[in-house]
Amino acid sequence: MAPGFLRRLLRLSGSGAIMRRYFVVNGFDGALTLLGLLMGFHVSDQVDLETVITSCLATTLALGVSGVSSAYISEAAERRSSLAALERAMLADLKASDHGRAAVWIPWLVALVNGSAPFLIGLVIVTPLWLARYGPGLPMAPLPAAMATALAVIFALGVFLGRIGGVSWFWSGTKALLVGLLTLGLIQLIG
Amino acid sequence: MPRVRHLVLDVLKPHQPNALEFARALAELGTDYRVQVQVKEVDEHTETLVVTLSGEDLDFERLGQAIEENGGSLHSIDEVVVQGQ
Repeated sequence: MAPGFLRRLLRLSGSGAIMRRYFVVNGFDGALTLLGLLMGFHVSDQVDLETVITSCLATTLALGVSGVSSAYISEAAERRSSLAALERAMLADLKASDHGRAAVWIPWLVALVNGSAPFLIGLVIVTPLWLARYGPGLPMAPLPAAMATALAVIFALGVFLGRIGGVSWFWSGTKALLVGLLTLGLIQLIG
Repeated sequence: MPRVRHLVLDVLKPHQPNALEFARALAELGTDYRVQVQVKEVDEHTETLVVTLSGEDLDFERLGQAIEENGGSLHSIDEVVVQGQ
């Protein structure tokens, strides 16, 4: 599909902001879920690293599939409803127009973004574990390294939100980081 | 074959694409197309436009297609200038 065509559909449907929001929200969900999972393994006694990697990858995959399917179902319904309202107002069939094409393609695009955010972020977080198990090794223990990566990703998402909102990127990143640290503290309490 | 030099069309279209993008989409169809769009009425979901086009040889079929592709609906041809060979 041509990038120009996609850009036109995105502008027409006003979906750019929705996709950005989905990326951050689901990416944050993914990072926090993996952080929780890693902390769970950390407070448990001596879990095999391969089990940790498999569990994290399975969770990452599940978050990706969940992101794609849930966003597609809801967006497709929303777009169909908007198109129907527009067709009623226009007294015309718009399926062959860019509005009709947007109703078909935009839900897939939004779903892809929604699913890829936790999937890609999950892969980044798992990378230190993978390097420790199959790569050259790490200067620190693999679980704390992966948790530090997750916290760094959470901070980066906060920074991204701060820049979009035109507020202090540092404060926005710090707030997101505090949520991550609070989650770690709560898991420590029950662990 | 006679050439269409000037057209005034009554078009109903959704709010998106906006009048500027809509005019650009029509102007892109020919190197010498001049497009003027006047928004006559704005409703909740739609707007009514008077589209004035001029050029050496306006392609009405392609203009109609472009209007439909952008979600518009051609209501009437209000003015035409055609020049014989």
